[in-house]
Amino acid sequence: MALKLLSKLRNQNLQITRNRNHHRLVDAARFFSEQPVSNLSTPDDSKFIIKNKQQTTTSSLKQHELAKFAAISDTWWDSEGPFKPLHNMNPTRLAFIRSTLCRHFSKDPNCARPFEGLKIVDVGCGGGILSEPLARMGATVTGVDAVEKNINVARLHADLDPETSTIEYCCTTAEKLVEEQRKFDAVIALEVIEHVAAPAEFCKSLAALAYPGGATVISTINRSMRAYATAIVAAEYLLNWLPKGTHQWSSFLTPEELVLILQRASINVKEMAGFVYSPLTGRWSLSDDISVNFIAYGTKDGQ
Amino acid sequence: MNRVIARKVVPANNQIFKLSRKKFFSDEAAKASTSAASSQSNQESDGNLSFTGNVQPYDIAIVGGGMVGMALACSLATTPLTKHLSVAIIDSSPALANKPCIKREDPPDPRVSTVTPATISFFKDTGAWQYVQQHRHAYFDKMQVWDYTGLGYTKYDARDVDKEVLGCVVENKVLHSSLLSRIEDTDFQKKIYHSRLTSMSLNPSSSSIVVDSTASTEASYARGRLAKLELSDGNSLYAKLVVGSDGGKSQVRELAGFKTTGWKYSQNAVICTVEHSVENYSAWQRFLPAGPIALLPIGDKFSNIVWTMNPEESSDFKSMKEDDFVKAVNHALDYGYGPHHKSSLPGSAGMFSWLGGNVTIFANESFEIPPKVVKLASERMAFPLSLMHANEYASKRVVLIGDAAHTVHPLAGQGVNLGFGDAFALSRIIAEGIAVGMDIGEVSLLKKYEAERKLANMTMMAILDGFQKAYSVDFGPLNILRAAAFHGAHFISPLKRSIISYASGEQRLPLFS
Repeated sequence: MALKLLSKLRNQNLQITRNRNHHRLVDAARFFSEQPVSNLSTPDDSKFIIKNKQQTTTSSLKQHELAKFAAISDTWWDSEGPFKPLHNMNPTRLAFIRSTLCRHFSKDPNCARPFEGLKIVDVGCGGGILSEPLARMGATVTGVDAVEKNINVARLHADLDPETSTIEYCCTTAEKLVEEQRKFDAVIALEVIEHVAAPAEFCKSLAALAYPGGATVISTINRSMRAYATAIVAAEYLLNWLPKGTHQWSSFLTPEELVLILQRASINVKEMAGFVYSPLTGRWSLSDDISVNFIAYGTKDGQ
Repeated sequence: MNRVIARKVVPANNQIFKLSRKKFFSDEAAKASTSAASSQSNQESDGNLSFTGNVQPYDIAIVGGGMVGMALACSLATTPLTKHLSVAIIDSSPALANKPCIKREDPPDPRVSTVTPATISFFKDTGAWQYVQQHRHAYFDKMQVWDYTGLGYTKYDARDVDKEVLGCVVENKVLHSSLLSRIEDTDFQKKIYHSRLTSMSLNPSSSSIVVDSTASTEASYARGRLAKLELSDGNSLYAKLVVGSDGGKSQVRELAGFKTTGWKYSQNAVICTVEHSVENYSAWQRFLPAGPIALLPIGDKFSNIVWTMNPEESSDFKSMKEDDFVKAVNHALDYGYGPHHKSSLPGSAGMFSWLGGNVTIFANESFEIPPKVVKLASERMAFPLSLMHANEYASKRVVLIGDAAHTVHPLAGQGVNLGFGDAFALSRIIAEGIAVGMDIGEVSLLKKYEAERKLANMTMMAILDGFQKAYSVDFGPLNILRAAAFHGAHFISPLKRSIISYASGEQRLPLFS
């Protein structure tokens, strides 16, 4: 019943968006979370527009990327909804984060809350599907997203569990946090960088948010033919996993490019892994194959 | 009443709320422990004062604190990633209220389990096996299986698979209390409710229609983040995950609406403890026209009998005089219903000789007659047999383990081993979920458990059901086929090895390994 209602809601939202944005076929989800750029947001987010106008100059976000996902923000926590692939992939991403950060901060990986005492920022937190597990693992989490609707969904959801109600959610951008001189032990931006207009600037902001010697984790999609075939053709058009138009191949980064721009932002990539999907088990796992989805962990230079 | 109070606490700030809630609980705990002392007195471990009130949700509610439910609790309590979880155990059985005192000199209880090497190693991992070893238990390393036609028999030896033992026979009450003792060694936050489950509700909605965003238990429940359980003594509690380990007639399964598939065998099992004049070291199973009879060593010259027969017969055997029953047992394990296996069965050597190099003749493993039973040492119990399998083991916030998910024919004593397998698999998967910060009631996590255990359980069920069907027909040609299959199993050692491995709890299919 509730599900039906939800999907109805979603359809309506989609229709509205479609009418608004003629240039997009079906404009929908940010399957992944993201960072806003400027002022083209959805009309119902009036506050958000004002906010964004103020920061147009500094933000590294793309305009239309925001509208895409405001439309389906309600469905963030529907594990069978448009964010299903992300829910599916989440444990695998978290396994990588857990093992790299435990090593980086010398934490006991056999403990239920290894991130106790660590301040972590989740840039582009969306509905909070990464922030909540991080909080359950003990971290003091700040989740930021440029879309106010996401932040509202995330906050409402997190408040219902004492373990996650400590998460600080802000409708803001990485750049804004830098201006506020916020610092964190670890900076995480998963599936965000392919949606920003200026990846190099974005990486500089991420670096500025980390304490010297802090950790950074970034994941994205490779600009490879296989990524085109799987992430766009298969995921968006054949399998309908992702709303069409979620990704633009040309804005993807290769692992080499990512390592380079991170290096320029004084982050040294220490480890990289790929995600592979097994159609047999329907599960994702970590592998050496970085030709489609990959995740990188780096450390910020000491002083 | 607690709930009402809690709802009024509207936190402006979560930290303040947590503090005030803590205070509230310690006050409430004192009251509750006096008022409800009669119904939920003992068994409280350290640090669960804060859970005494109704409002604080549990991480896990285990409905049914039998062997399988306690195996789950024990595994959770002894795994680094799960030992911090708060667990409610709901069971009205007296075994949980006052731990039974097990005396070595008492004759063994007829309710026993044959635990496989895989189960033994799970128990060792959790540290519960040391308690089993303090009580009566009997390892066996040989098993003879034969049938009444005198045409086929086979012997299994642990050495064939480079194992020390084929299994161990332990009284259920010993397994249960060992798990409980092990849990009590830890500072696991568990609370036992000596009551029955009367209702379970899950609010399916996790949508965005939210008016009230207070972090109260009620609000979490309203948004599908918790399951609510109501008990027959008027208590109610909330949990992130409800585990149904409440047996074949599972209340949890029914309340969650899981459908089942299955059938009754028109068979009953009669169980009892018997005494020999010498100690029995092997397991014996003979297929009779109405079903198998098994004789399992339980230590100190005692053995356990599991005898499958027609329901009418079972009531006769249950009520007949003890001497007559002992005679009937000896008859059934010896010449009753048919001749002994003739070691020089014409053609038996020739039948498989064409296999050439693959044939292994266990020359000194000739047919043996099980030790005579001299005395009945316990009451006789009878219970009907059935095969049942839940179509689903898991949905959001609800999961089934053990007999609640599947009951099997007690042939080969695999039922409880499948249940222990479920318990340890679920515990491991919960730990995996916690490692990556998942909500432990999340359906995607629970489905992982379902996928893993369904395959293992259904395979075993199909094999046992096949055996049962193969022996429920007494028809000449079929008997010979069956005998040939037995011979095959006996003489072709790779096949035999894999059958033993499989029966010992290794997750490989007998023929395709």
